[in-house]
This record gives sequence, C-alpha cells and structure tokens, in this order.
Amino acid sequence: MSAAILTRRALVAGGIAGAGGLLAGCDRVVQIPAARKILFAGEDMHKGLQRALMNRGALAPEYSRAEMSPIFRSNGTSNPNTPLYNEWAANRFAGWRLAVNGLVDRPLSLNLAQLRSMPARTQITRHDCVEGWSAIGQWTGPLLGTVLKAAAMRRSARYVVFTCADLFGGQPYYESIDAVDAFHPQTILAWAMNGAALDVPHGAPVRLRIERQLGYKQAKYITAITAVANLDGIGRGKGGYWEDNVDYDWYAGI
Amino acid sequence: MVPPGTPLYRHRLATRLWHWINALAVVILFGSGLGISNAHPRLYWGSYGANFDHAWAELPHFPGWLTIPASYNLAISRRWHLFFALVLAFGLLAYMVASLVNRHFSRDLALTAKDVSPAHLAEDVRDHAEFRFHDADDPGRYNSLQKWSYLLVIFVALPLMIATGLALSPGMDAAWPWLLEVFGGRQSARSVHFATSALIGGFSVIHLALVILAGVSNELRSMITGWWKVPA
Repeated sequence: MSAAILTRRALVAGGIAGAGGLLAGCDRVVQIPAARKILFAGEDMHKGLQRALMNRGALAPEYSRAEMSPIFRSNGTSNPNTPLYNEWAANRFAGWRLAVNGLVDRPLSLNLAQLRSMPARTQITRHDCVEGWSAIGQWTGPLLGTVLKAAAMRRSARYVVFTCADLFGGQPYYESIDAVDAFHPQTILAWAMNGAALDVPHGAPVRLRIERQLGYKQAKYITAITAVANLDGIGRGKGGYWEDNVDYDWYAGI
Repeated sequence: MVPPGTPLYRHRLATRLWHWINALAVVILFGSGLGISNAHPRLYWGSYGANFDHAWAELPHFPGWLTIPASYNLAISRRWHLFFALVLAFGLLAYMVASLVNRHFSRDLALTAKDVSPAHLAEDVRDHAEFRFHDADDPGRYNSLQKWSYLLVIFVALPLMIATGLALSPGMDAAWPWLLEVFGGRQSARSVHFATSALIGGFSVIHLALVILAGVSNELRSMITGWWKVPA
C-alpha cells in the first residue's frame, strides 16, 4: 500500500513537472523560426475570420453619456515634451500642421482650424487596451475618409501610416491601418474628447480613433498621414512601433 | 458481472484525438492566459473598467513557472493564447460534430433517469468517496458524476470560454454586438472568462486526480489506444 502511495506521489510530482516542462518547452518552441511563423499566423487567421464574419462597415458599439467612464485614464506617452511640441502646445497648436501625403494626388497641409471646420462625427465608444482594461469616452472629429478623399488618395494606396510627435527611443511613434478601416464610418481624427478640446495626455491636438481595434492603434499627437502601397521600409516593416519592437499583432481587432 | 481484466474498446478515435488536442490547448491557454492576466490583474463588472474604477477582484501576480512565456511578455502570451484559442474552438466544434455522428453523445453522455435521481447521485458520491468508480455490471459506462462533469465542461464551460473570449475582441464586438448584451459588457465578459478558466482548472486537477486513483496505466492506455481493462 505504501508503495502504491509512493507511486502516486511520484506520478503527481511527475505530472506537475511534465506540465511545467510543457510550459518551459513553449519558450523554446517560440524561438524556432518555423514554429514562430505558425504561431504568428494566428493573427492572419483571426483577421480573415473576423473580416469574413463582419460587414465592411459593421459599427463598434456606441454608448450613452450615462455609460461613460468617470475617469478616462491616459496611457503610453502623456506628454511628447519635445521643444517643437511644447512650442505648439504653448500657442494652443496654432503652429501645428497635419501633413497628408504619400500616394495622394493633392498633398495637404492642414491647420487645426481647417480640421475643425470639416464636418465632424461625435461618437461615444469603448477604448480597449491590449492589457485588458476598457474606458468609454466621447470623441469628435472628421472622418479620416473625408480627409483622404480631400487629398485624393490613389487607388494604389493600400495602407495609411500615422506619424506622431511623441518619440520612443528617439524615433516618432507610428501606426498603420488598411483601407478597410481607414474608410470605416467610425474612423475619425478626433480633436475633441468628452466635449472639450483634446488634452495633452490623450493626444492633443489630434488623435486617431479606429473603433474596431485595440488601444495601441489609436495613434496620438498625429503630425502626418501617409498613404502607401505597402509597409516595407517604414520603421522595421511591421506597421507600427509596438509591432516592430515587441511583436504585437498588426491586426488589433483581436 | 463482467470479469476483471476483460478488455473493452472504450474510447473511439475522435474522442481520443480531441482529448489530447484539447488537453494541449487548455494547458497552453491557461499558461498564456495567466501571462495576460499579469498585464492588468484587476477584474471589473459592466462595460468599462480601468485603474480608477472599482475592481471586484484583484488577482495575484502569477509566477513565471505558471505562465507562457516564463518571463513577462504580453505580446508573446497573446500570440500563444490567440493561436490556441482557434485550436480549442474548432477542435471542440469538430469533436461535437463527430460525437453526434458516431453517437458518442447519445450512447455515453446522454443523461438517463438514474443520472438525475438524487438518491442515485448520493450513492455515486459515496462510491467516489470509497474510490469505486465503475458499475460492476456495466463497467464501460461513465458514472453519473463523471457524466455531469463532462457535460458541464463540454457544453457549458468550454463554449462559455469561447463566447466570452470572442466578446473581448473589439472586432467581434462590431461583428456580433449581441455578445456584449449576453454578458452585460466587455469587462463582465472578461470576469466570466477568468472565473470559467478557474472552473476548468479545477476540473483538470480533479480529472487528473481521478485518473491516478482509477489506475494511471489503464486509463492512459484507454485514451491512447481506446482499449481499457475492467479493473478488479
């Protein structure tokens, strides 16, 4: 009987060690290039499935004023704090310009007043951080599609790249989305949040809202919007600061 | 009474295949899920929830020997989690279809009058306490507690994990807005996702303990080859 108990104990210990070995094994597996490629292919599978299951224009849920977060925390950069940005902020962004360039027939350089004079959409939506938290806030600004049409984006453009005023390791933060999300009816260049001018922690003067994806796609402090045919040659080619540096999914609808 | 040692073909190929694929997926999803939990170990109820909001639960920091990867890396935890979420979901779907076709559900898992009788269930609890897991007259049949726990995992816990997981995806919330209505908001869905994972973790521990108590080699062989010997 005692032998049987010992065997059972050994088995339990073996089982725990086995599970631990499996977990440790995962760290080895992810270093193998072929295995890593398969694992990372999950992103494209989810993107394909989600795009197949949703209408191109399917809307992210919108909320009432009563459902808004009492405090909408900021995340990432809370102040770019570069000499140029500080100068813009000191003059209420009168000197700031938004460049719209790349594969467009009419490159634009818009100031804040011009952007504010464009037809705007106001939406109360949920911001989901990749870490797991959510906050609900109200955003106002023109559709990105309106701006891209004003610049006459070419058919050859497949992606839109956002360059930001905040620096990470000396390089501007950047993000990118594809044409499906760029022309989505809730994708806006927000210049107001919760009924007031967008403040510095949340991305003043203008940030992106792309409501069917996670928080790290919502580029803040935008200075340039560039239409491109592909993402090669931009940063390290994965389409965003976090994508390049820590392997976050480019498709952040998951 | 079936004599001890009689070989019985107990688990069909579809059941065995799914069992091992699903076991692998559950272990990886659990480990990577604990890694994701470490990014923001607070649980909320409702649509929103962040640092300044009331959390109904604050989870501990899970140590490296439990998480995938061992050292904190949210991006890689998510890569594991989201890949094996597909393995779990489509594996479960394939198993369900196969089990309807090969009549595994109707033959082995469907509840009978005995399985819902309180007197019989009480007897089954007493049998478990005395480590008697098999009916001597029909040893290949699942006992009632076993049936209930498998039914709970296959038809409640795993589908609930999949549905709450989908509700966490901002893309799926646009595609299927009813997901949020069912669970009362994204943060509620996240809480249910975590709570159900604890339920599946608890099932796994009890399941492994019972495999050991019922005889490891016999149980393992039956889940690998399908053949099981009636125990003494």
